[in-house]
Amino acid sequence: MTDLESAKAPGTLAASWIVARKDLAIEFRTRTAFLSALVFALLGVTIFFFAWDATAVAAADLAPGVLWVIFTFAGLLGLQRSFGLELADRAIDGLLGAPIAREAIYLGKALANLVFVSGILAVTIPAVVLFYNLPLGPGIGALAGIAALAAIGLVAVGTLFSAMAVNTRMAELLLPMLSLPFFVPIVMAAAQSSARLMAGRPIAEAWPWLRILVAYDIVFVTACTLAFPYTLDE
Amino acid sequence: MTPTPVVRAEGLVRSFGGRRVVDCVSFTLRTGDCLALFGPNGAGKTTLLRLVAGLLAPAQGTVHVNGVSLREGAAARSQVGLVSHASMLYGALTVRENVELAARLYGLAEPARAAQTALEMMRVADRADAPARTLSRGLQQRVSIARAMVHAPRLLLCDEPYTGLDDAGSAALTEVLTERREAGAALLLVTHNLTEGLALATQAAIMRRGRFVRHESRELLDAGAYQSQYRELAAVHD
Repeated sequence: MTDLESAKAPGTLAASWIVARKDLAIEFRTRTAFLSALVFALLGVTIFFFAWDATAVAAADLAPGVLWVIFTFAGLLGLQRSFGLELADRAIDGLLGAPIAREAIYLGKALANLVFVSGILAVTIPAVVLFYNLPLGPGIGALAGIAALAAIGLVAVGTLFSAMAVNTRMAELLLPMLSLPFFVPIVMAAAQSSARLMAGRPIAEAWPWLRILVAYDIVFVTACTLAFPYTLDE
Repeated sequence: MTPTPVVRAEGLVRSFGGRRVVDCVSFTLRTGDCLALFGPNGAGKTTLLRLVAGLLAPAQGTVHVNGVSLREGAAARSQVGLVSHASMLYGALTVRENVELAARLYGLAEPARAAQTALEMMRVADRADAPARTLSRGLQQRVSIARAMVHAPRLLLCDEPYTGLDDAGSAALTEVLTERREAGAALLLVTHNLTEGLALATQAAIMRRGRFVRHESRELLDAGAYQSQYRELAAVHD
């Protein structure tokens, strides 16, 4: 055993990275949540595609809604699991007992969830572009930026609510019920801004919606980080 | 000058659903001390351990570890090691990764080496690369103890640590506990096994309905008489 004298507790960012790396290693080993979310997303895109009447609604009008609704529900699958894996064998006690800031647990979990939903988006966006034959070309970079902003907002709120819901008997129901109202601004702003890109409009037209996404991210990352330690008290 | 106690708990109170699970409990452990805590199921022993570990916040009272209040957080928690009923392991990670994770969270300079040493001490190093979920309950318990000891804590909180261990595991645990106490650590041991507890104890306490109904120095106790008195106390219905 190493003597405590030589130990120096990790700072918030270092501890966040330790937590995130642990979560990603577990997900990489099991792949259960990622595969479930991915299959769900691709099936969703396919079903929407076959239900689409191309003569009634233009692809550029429908695709943004499809993309962000599927993204939201697929993301919930990953968020559900985020704190669920901590409850098995009370592994969360190992984190809470460690000399790290409670905020670091939240930030680490959120970072791992961000990688998770980014992975989902990395497959879902090309699938939507392909299915709906969207002329995205140069707008793909901007769409990736919108996706990143939307993903940050979603995991910021979803990670907090996942921690709150996990100890309840109806966690699977409670997480979507708590989260979805908070996801509405994200879905609206992401859908509106990406609709303009998919319609071939200049990025400047999407700017007001992007500002909402940026403001949402700043407010909720800060608020959820500060609120998180209080969700852990039994 | 009297040295700072390893742990000083004063007037701890914690309620769940209006019921006081821990009710005004105080104790002090100095270097090398071991408090063996006995009591019937539901007496509040595990909750007391969780309060002292900083996993629960007390409604009233304070805990100081080496003079640092648990409310101050990280500095106090870094000196505590907890072995609980649950293994606190991630089944998908290997044994080594689980212990290394703890070593990293405690900021040890060489987490890989510290993990290897802890696993060797608990005689489970030969399973280091196996996923934790594939281990038997007893082996998981050994890994859990290695995880709790990896940072050489000054205060050991052990909730039924011998449960599930075979002879080799029990011997390894006793060895580790003895070594840690000789190095200056204090031990709070929750157990239902009076013989086992009294063998290690410098203090013994019986907890019932959230309170210490007896708490005395081990030196003053006759083990045989204590066992029969404990059975009488534990048998009294609430």
